[in-house]
Amino acid sequence: MFYRQAGDFKTTYREDIHTFPLRQDRIGYYILLAFAFLVVPFIINDYWASAVLLPFLIMSIAALGLNVLTGYCGQVSLGTAGFMAVGAYSCYKLMTAFPELSIIIVVLTSGVITALVGLLFGIPSLRIKGFYLAVATLAAQFFLVWLFNKVPWFYNNSASGQISAPVRDIAGVMVTGPEAQAWAKYLFCLVLVVVLAWLTRNLTRGRIGRSWMAIRDMDIAAEIIGVNPLKTKLSAFGVSSFLIGVSGALYFSVYLGAVEVGEVFGIQKSFLVLFMIIIGGLGSIFGSFAGAAFLVLMPVLLKNIMVAGLGWPTDIAAHIEFVIVGGLIIFFLIVEPHGLAQLWRLTKEKLLLWPFPH
Amino acid sequence: MTTTQSNSAQVSKSVISGRASAAIQPGEELLRVENVSLAFGGVKALTDISFDIKKGEVRAIIGPNGAGKSSMLNVINGFYHPQEGEVWFCGKKRRSLKPHQIAHQGIARTFQNIALFKGMSTLDNIMTGRFTHMRTNLLMQAIWRGAAEREEIENRQVAEEIIDFLEIQAIRKTPVGRLPYGLQKRVELGRALAAQPDLLLLDEPMAGMNIEEKEDMSRFILDVNDEFGTTIALIEHDMGVVMDISDRVVVLDYGKKIGDGTPTEVRSNQAVVDAYLGVAHD
Repeated sequence: MFYRQAGDFKTTYREDIHTFPLRQDRIGYYILLAFAFLVVPFIINDYWASAVLLPFLIMSIAALGLNVLTGYCGQVSLGTAGFMAVGAYSCYKLMTAFPELSIIIVVLTSGVITALVGLLFGIPSLRIKGFYLAVATLAAQFFLVWLFNKVPWFYNNSASGQISAPVRDIAGVMVTGPEAQAWAKYLFCLVLVVVLAWLTRNLTRGRIGRSWMAIRDMDIAAEIIGVNPLKTKLSAFGVSSFLIGVSGALYFSVYLGAVEVGEVFGIQKSFLVLFMIIIGGLGSIFGSFAGAAFLVLMPVLLKNIMVAGLGWPTDIAAHIEFVIVGGLIIFFLIVEPHGLAQLWRLTKEKLLLWPFPH
Repeated sequence: MTTTQSNSAQVSKSVISGRASAAIQPGEELLRVENVSLAFGGVKALTDISFDIKKGEVRAIIGPNGAGKSSMLNVINGFYHPQEGEVWFCGKKRRSLKPHQIAHQGIARTFQNIALFKGMSTLDNIMTGRFTHMRTNLLMQAIWRGAAEREEIENRQVAEEIIDFLEIQAIRKTPVGRLPYGLQKRVELGRALAAQPDLLLLDEPMAGMNIEEKEDMSRFILDVNDEFGTTIALIEHDMGVVMDISDRVVVLDYGKKIGDGTPTEVRSNQAVVDAYLGVAHD
């Protein structure tokens, strides 16, 4: 009843193309951001950071990246974890080769390196589409993981084959390494998430975003309008890989601290990110976050209910958790194939009218 | 176009001045196909076709099913590359170009089967049609404030002019997948118009429409031709419409040209009548 479009008139095109055209939406998001920046850092503890918030924020960036490629540009990719690994190993190599380099620059440069690798693997997309492209990206996934396992240069010849993040700080506050505080890691990731989400949103609402969607919806018609298919697909691969690379770098340096590539960046992680955007909503920024939240939070919640709440043994709880999450995925796909984002959109449409039927 | 003429002129200045067609006066030849032959394996789709399109006219291409009309349009906008023959555009022989390069030269088209971007709104579809007029790069787009936003708003004004012109204001934000067929056709015309093309190719703009929709569409085509001076080449099966709105007609049959001239000339052409009605075997 209080959520209303009425009276919220737009008098300029500038107002009409706002990210949140409704004033109430805008205020809602400001409150959410203020809470995330001003309240959460003071109440966060290690458990919340490592079990919930860090994986959520970092996987959101990966989901955002895959959504650019698959949701907006329509190019299915199963190489997400492979590209995250590129981000992680670039980050490691940069951290160890240039110890004095700021971690912010390291993380962003890792994204750029991943973008270049992504461009390379995006070239076949001009010729192959759909499932066939998915198989080609699958090749990228296995090749990249194999490469990082096989070539000792990537893990600086360490005996275990693992890479581990050295201690780095921003303005004296440690953000990586075992002594880093939960709130510092959290804020570092949060800032990156907000900035990257904002940039991605800008890309998707303008010329470039429309050319991505044009290629997705009808590539022949896109071409006669003047959209160069190769350039457009490659730009989607580049932007997508940049985001995924950043998320891989953060996953390694801030979240885990030490990584064994086959375990952390295996094919199951690629599928996890793909499920995130399918459940969250293809072609939606909000959907990337909703999907990441769903698949990160749901297992934690279920574990808490079953182990802590009901006192079941952990192994049974772990298996039931798989069953329930799998069941929920199927349930969502049947009830709302366009994902949580569409559910959210419909709820808002209903709310605008509520309590009146029309 | 009066209110935002200065704006749209400003936006498209670089593009228009870059186009060779600016130098061509109405009535002069804009496009010419010369001895074009196109074959798919053993099937000859087009055989030795030559005709021209003059700037500012409505040129119809007609013919029975399978005559090669759509193939002709596909040659003009670069989907097919003919084995023989040449396409001259704006007085220059055209190299073998890709469709997106031809779009930048100022040729737009609609499709026989609607080819809209189903996941996008009417407005976004038409804004996508402005693609060739937009210049900001990836970085500017990502930052948005400044150049990208300014460009978006300038082009939005042109898009809104087209929305007004086609009387589709009410469905501006509706996803096009939800629209009825007749409106989808209209949005597709809008998307092609948004490019402000010199030559507009319409592949059966009135197929499957009822009489009112056909009348609307004919009016829009004539208005586009009058107000914007856009040259139009259209394929259409409704002979009444073709004879009414076109200045000159070219007739194809089995990939060969069998007639060319004003509607009156074509109507009295014996080869054309035979092609449509069949030849009496006596």
